[in-house]
Amino acid sequence: MTDLLEPRAMGRDLVRRDGVQKVRGTATYAYETPVESPAFCHPVQATVARGRITGIDTEAAEALDGVLAVLTSENAERLASTDDAELAVLQSPDVAFRGQVVGVVVAETSELARQGADLVVVTYAEQEHDSALTVDHPGLYAPEKVNPSYDTDVVQGDVDAELAASAVVVSHTYATAMVHNNPLEPHASTALWDGSSLTLWDSTQGVHPDRKAVCTVFGLEEEQVRVVCPYVGGGFGSKGTPHANVVLVTMAARALPGRPVKLALTRQQMFSLAGYRTPTIQRMQLGADRDGRIRALTLDVVEQTSRIKEFAEQTGVPARMMYTANARRTTHRLAALDVPVPSWFRAPGECPGMFGPEVAMDELAHELGIDPIELRVRNDPERDPETGQPWSSRHLVECLREGAERFGWAGRDPRPGVRREGRWLVGTGVASSVYPTMRQAQSTADVRFEDGRYVVEIGAADLGTGAWTVLPQIAADALGVDVDDVEVRIGDTRYPIASVAGGSSGTNTWGSAIAVAAREFRGKFGTDPRDGDEASGQVDQADTDDEHATYAFGAQFVEARVDVDTGEVRVPRLLGVFACGRILNPRTARSQFIGGMTMGLSMALHENSVWDPRIGQVANHDLAEYHVTVNADVGDVQAHWLDEEDPYVNVMGAKGIGEIGIVGTAAAVSNAVWHATGVRVRELPVTLDRLLTALP
Amino acid sequence: MKPFAFARPGSVAEAVREVSAEPNAVFLGGGTNLVDHLKLGVARPDLVVDVRTLTSRETTDTADGGLLVGAAVSNSELAADRRVREHYPVLAQALLAGANGQLRNLATVGGNPLQRTRCVYFQDVTTACNKREPGSGCAAVGGYTRYHAVLGVPAALPDATAADTCIATHPSDMAVALAALDAVVHVLGPQGARTLPFRELHRLPGDDPSRDTVLGHGDLVTAIELPPLPMAARSTYRKVRDRASYAFALVSVAAALDVDGDTVRDVRLALGGVAHVPWRATRAEEVLRGGPATEHAFRAAAEAELAAAQPQPGVDGGNGFKIPLLTRTITATLRDLTEGATS
Repeated sequence: MTDLLEPRAMGRDLVRRDGVQKVRGTATYAYETPVESPAFCHPVQATVARGRITGIDTEAAEALDGVLAVLTSENAERLASTDDAELAVLQSPDVAFRGQVVGVVVAETSELARQGADLVVVTYAEQEHDSALTVDHPGLYAPEKVNPSYDTDVVQGDVDAELAASAVVVSHTYATAMVHNNPLEPHASTALWDGSSLTLWDSTQGVHPDRKAVCTVFGLEEEQVRVVCPYVGGGFGSKGTPHANVVLVTMAARALPGRPVKLALTRQQMFSLAGYRTPTIQRMQLGADRDGRIRALTLDVVEQTSRIKEFAEQTGVPARMMYTANARRTTHRLAALDVPVPSWFRAPGECPGMFGPEVAMDELAHELGIDPIELRVRNDPERDPETGQPWSSRHLVECLREGAERFGWAGRDPRPGVRREGRWLVGTGVASSVYPTMRQAQSTADVRFEDGRYVVEIGAADLGTGAWTVLPQIAADALGVDVDDVEVRIGDTRYPIASVAGGSSGTNTWGSAIAVAAREFRGKFGTDPRDGDEASGQVDQADTDDEHATYAFGAQFVEARVDVDTGEVRVPRLLGVFACGRILNPRTARSQFIGGMTMGLSMALHENSVWDPRIGQVANHDLAEYHVTVNADVGDVQAHWLDEEDPYVNVMGAKGIGEIGIVGTAAAVSNAVWHATGVRVRELPVTLDRLLTALP
Repeated sequence: MKPFAFARPGSVAEAVREVSAEPNAVFLGGGTNLVDHLKLGVARPDLVVDVRTLTSRETTDTADGGLLVGAAVSNSELAADRRVREHYPVLAQALLAGANGQLRNLATVGGNPLQRTRCVYFQDVTTACNKREPGSGCAAVGGYTRYHAVLGVPAALPDATAADTCIATHPSDMAVALAALDAVVHVLGPQGARTLPFRELHRLPGDDPSRDTVLGHGDLVTAIELPPLPMAARSTYRKVRDRASYAFALVSVAAALDVDGDTVRDVRLALGGVAHVPWRATRAEEVLRGGPATEHAFRAAAEAELAAAQPQPGVDGGNGFKIPLLTRTITATLRDLTEGATS
């Protein structure tokens, strides 16, 4: 338990501090950094899914007037570390996936670079490739851990016996699609190497983790590298770890000392080089008593990783703690394929991992004739089923109840496929959400008194989440001053070290460090400091609590309408209620929740990286063909939250909110579509062809 | 991407001369399709001739009661034209179903029907495509075929290695409506001005998938003429797509229906998203004309039209669903028109 800060600025719906610059277009993003006479890069990508380069002809590209350099594995600098195979760019003639970087052309204009890249002729000794994930892939293996360090398999109790004793068993296979993060701003950088030090303006979710990776790969000291990133046009996890483009632009800059170099991936390139969520196959069993109490839960997950680098999405993890069960088994198996490297995508683990289980709960509710909300209430555990720890706070049931009230759930006819309004079949669905409350181990904040104001510096990142606005609110309450008297500076490695904006941990981590720094500052200088007084605080000096299971919870409600003639699905209502501790800024928080829920709707109905295993590539690799939900797909989107202060998580009483909105939404949509049509779609996305044959 | 010369001549005639004189020259209208293709390396012209400001931006009444739409009229302007909304609602609806507001402001009436057929493999220069690179084969066969053709294609699994294989679809919504309305295309070419029926503008791949239309090099569309068609006052465009806006049609139906009591006096029916051309459903029209205006008859007509449809297998389940989807959508569209509903 920690002494909570008194909320004065926290909780206010202050406008975004960076809003005016963004609206006016004066906020500079990485690629737009004004530099003198920049050169431009365009990557050359492999056109085979597996093989070895036998020749690279760069003559025509080099002969182009305005081409400054053509780098390939034959002439690129040798990197200091190739331990991370994704970042071992241009170090070998081996091709591990189609679209892998095999060269880069640097030129006076971006058009010339692109033209030059087209002129590079690469020949390959092509090898058989294997890029199709199947549930019984012969190469399936158990990874040592799943992201980031969860147990691969967990078995509790006697699953077989409990299944045998169950009155009802729901047993189905669910699947989520391969999806790409697709932030609006592509992965982009400007880099300048002056012969001894590097300045990298990079679109990243963390300037310090970015710097660390670059230093490791190039063998540089941290003092030699400055990473700057004040604004990010979305990341959703795909900018949480640096990808090949960061190494490539740095390499190009180092090949042209003194010349700033720019690289922005094209949308098509982002489908091979910027990470993605693995497709998941989820074999799920739920066994229950007639009264709905779960006896057995099993979830066996199959997913993919790349042959050169493992990323094991922790899809089975949320099922370990969500509901009660006498016995439970969760496992993960991976196939390592000749595919691009998967990575973080908003709520890795929880997002896909709450699809199968939450649809299965709906199916179980139907089998038992119990309301889906009531079934969840009956299985709400008093303690974390996995660790036995008490919850720091768990208000899932309250979220479900309040959501039901707001949505108008009462009196819902449970029968599927019986409501018709004009040409629409109408249904409603619900699903639960969860996201762990995490704090990173390392972050430092400085507080300095300067010209009558308090300046807080920390190398944090604002991906559009609101950190620019919320961190001053925390600092103001920690210092006991008006928020207008606080200036927070983020997004630069010149400021003290900060953790990645990932795992919904940013505000928890950086805010805790700021609170420590404020405490230190007041301890040293009292309430009447002198100009230049400065104190520093580290997150590991903040109170910690190891006694409780800390999670945020939520529930999403969906009204789905299905065109009776064509199977087209529309969602006129999407409503979420969340219990995420103290909401620090309702304005930016609502944006996070609504954004997450809309992304969940997108996952439910649209997003699908269609893999073409014949060539080893996403076939629909642009935003015309890879559909992201648009305004017309959704009507009324509402996010609400409970008044919750969690005294165990941090001095703000706040849990992370960046990811929970996407969790559960897709299951709620699928459940609503079933209620509308009677068709149970267990494989995402829910497209009209999956409904058509069952329509009247 | 390849450098090209750019010209902005002073007149339509000059533009036609300039393009005719350079074998690898193209006209530039709104650029909503061509500019993408320039970037992707799909189009590699030596000369781009901008005609945006040369052709007419007026829509004028014709002597016989139709409309003559200048090629430079934007899709947005035409959709908003009161005469179009009243007399040819199918066209206004089709225009508004296409792309998004920004693109419709740029796209021109002359250019929109000339956008290339749509196929992810055509757009990707690292894959085989007979349209982009004649003789290279067709990567779409057995690939991602969700948006591909089921009509005007020879077999359920054509020969992917044959030089004449192409299963792409024409993506224009406007063109489907124009095909239904028996529009007329005004062309200025190296040999002078001529007109041709809109239905003859587009062509099936035949033995040369690289050609989407019958236009020759240097032929410039200067206007589109809408003949008077009183029955089109009761017409509609139904587009079925994977998301509610800003997506190409999985299938679409442009229909005009003239019902006398319980009998179909006349009908116009065209389909989009299903063939290399905007598909005029002449077989269904024949079945319907003079027959009963019932849902049963509508379905029978749709099935007659689709009797030769060929589902294309593929990596994401193929596109076989388009055949029942089309049957249902045609039936529903005609039913709604009969009931007087417009959407």
